[in-house]
Amino acid sequence: MEPILQVENLKTSFFTSNGEVQAVRGVSFSVEKGDILGIVGESGSGKSVTSMSILKLLADTGKIKEGTILFEGQDLTKMGKAQMRKIRGEKIAMIFQDPMSSLNPLIPVGKQVAEMIKEHHPEKKKDELKREVLDLFSRVRIPEPEKRYNSYPHEFSGGMRQRVMIAMALGNKPDLLIADEPTTALDVTIQDQILKQLRGLQKEFGTSIIFITHDLGVVAELCTRVIVMYGGLVMEEARIDDIFEDPKHPYTLGLLASIPKLEQDKGQRLSPIPGSPPDMTNPPVGCPFAPRCPYARNICAAECPEFKEVGEGHRSRCWLLDPEAPSDHNPFR
Amino acid sequence: MEFVLEEIMSESIVLEVRNLTKHFKVGSSGKQVVHAVDNVSFRLAKGKTLGLVGESGCGKSSCARTIIRIYEPTSGRIILDGQDITELNQKALQPVRKKMQMIFQDPYASLNARMTVRDIIAEPLVAHHIVKKKDQANDWVYPMLERVGLTKEHANRYAHEFSGGQRQRVGIARALILQPDLVICDEPISALDVSIQAQVVNLLKDFQEEKGISYLFIAHDLSMVRYVSDDVGVMYLGQLVEICEADEIYKNPLHPYTKGLLGSIPIANPKLAREKEKSSIEGDIPSPINPPRGCRFHTRCPYARPVCSQEAPEMKEAGPGHMVACHLY
Repeated sequence: MEPILQVENLKTSFFTSNGEVQAVRGVSFSVEKGDILGIVGESGSGKSVTSMSILKLLADTGKIKEGTILFEGQDLTKMGKAQMRKIRGEKIAMIFQDPMSSLNPLIPVGKQVAEMIKEHHPEKKKDELKREVLDLFSRVRIPEPEKRYNSYPHEFSGGMRQRVMIAMALGNKPDLLIADEPTTALDVTIQDQILKQLRGLQKEFGTSIIFITHDLGVVAELCTRVIVMYGGLVMEEARIDDIFEDPKHPYTLGLLASIPKLEQDKGQRLSPIPGSPPDMTNPPVGCPFAPRCPYARNICAAECPEFKEVGEGHRSRCWLLDPEAPSDHNPFR
Repeated sequence: MEFVLEEIMSESIVLEVRNLTKHFKVGSSGKQVVHAVDNVSFRLAKGKTLGLVGESGCGKSSCARTIIRIYEPTSGRIILDGQDITELNQKALQPVRKKMQMIFQDPYASLNARMTVRDIIAEPLVAHHIVKKKDQANDWVYPMLERVGLTKEHANRYAHEFSGGQRQRVGIARALILQPDLVICDEPISALDVSIQAQVVNLLKDFQEEKGISYLFIAHDLSMVRYVSDDVGVMYLGQLVEICEADEIYKNPLHPYTKGLLGSIPIANPKLAREKEKSSIEGDIPSPINPPRGCRFHTRCPYARPVCSQEAPEMKEAGPGHMVACHLY
């Protein structure tokens, strides 16, 4: 199947007073129609910068240095501001972590959603817009849509605000929805409701979704494929079942070991990943995970491994998977 | 409402909370009242951990802050190491504060940006007259830094030079330097990355084993709460609705709210996630200004009966040591 989004060797940096922060250092992945791709990683892994690069919403100091972002055959990196405005909100929509700061506090929510539709469809009449917004509100299950149309964001709970954001994102039936930690600030009960909704909407509209999160549980419940990012690079890419059953990167192994299992024995200690993530102003030459990797060898710090196929739809970046890697102290042998 | 958890009766109780209530007056007239904590009772034994869970706005943090007397309790009793501290004035509280410390959620906001790490950790020692000046505190501060996984070279640095996980280590060092009996951990790991959370939890557990500290562990990450806690209490709209041994509550949740809350946890296993029958909770938490009559959960409860909207259920023992407030039991 033809992918709807294809990111090739994306490199994005921020130029700050402390030097160049190489946030994304060569990321490639693709999203097929109807896919829900999870991007997992710690803070500073480059997952949000990747999505901001796709939408070209980087801060002034940020710049895409290299790479292509093919969306429905067009390269987004070559597009001007006016063209991007047409794509954002119409073809690609985004939901952010904090719905309060994404909504205008001075405008009723119904009007904000209507405005977004009008931006892309100026021919639509007022009544028609309102009808569409009310329909969207009931679709994302905002109770009493008619009454809520005129409410202000502060009158909503966090979960309700996030529903408004989802309604707004779906307003123009985008082909791709990018959700950046949309449930991180919400309670588990509300998170559960929102995840259900995203799944339902994906089925109904066939929208492809990129879901950025640090929570492997959420990934397991929602996504069809996952990429695991670390230090500005994709470390592993796999189908959802494979990442949990047959992880092929020590970082993925570490992430899985740091969350307590439901049946975890209390006497058993958690196995955290020691140390902390690398400084991206001066990224390591070798594998970025090597300083924290329990299996690291000399080569790991000296040279960055390639991102290689290890199974069907399963790729990983690790020297331990090299055919010449020794088999002692190697979790993949 | 008096209840007894038999297995902890024999052990020494560090903290006992009886019918604790905290109401906040709001609005210009002061007539409206936020029922932040209502009639909460529990006991915490030495060297044990009690987890408090619930949605945001359920009163778990208010409960913690009332216990530590940051908020003045409206009614009820707080008994720490056998001493009733509910009505002690600030001066009389001073020696008591040494015994109870707090670790906060946000390691970015809870450390003074203009103090060095040494001064932050030494401050409780000065406040409690253990040392006269912060620069005499090195004998306490350096071993503590090493104990929490930092080095003494870190002592002269400022909080902004540290990562979130390292800052939380500083927060833990500050809380534990006085060797308290009780530490209230208010979402101590929620702001940290997954791989760092486990580091902090292991550190807290090690201290508990070594020093016999008791923790009141507040969190919304239910799988982590299960892992760290001996007992778990579930709060809803200011009230404790269920409390029992941690494994029991996860294996055999009784209150419909607990069931829903547990059903909402995402499972990090795609096969199980697809199979599991989800008993999730619809709707949002109602306003604590005007909590629903009767059982406060009845507006969202799939099993609600007429009695639930009329009468508030009493806390009762539904199994050995398993307390639940629900008309179904």
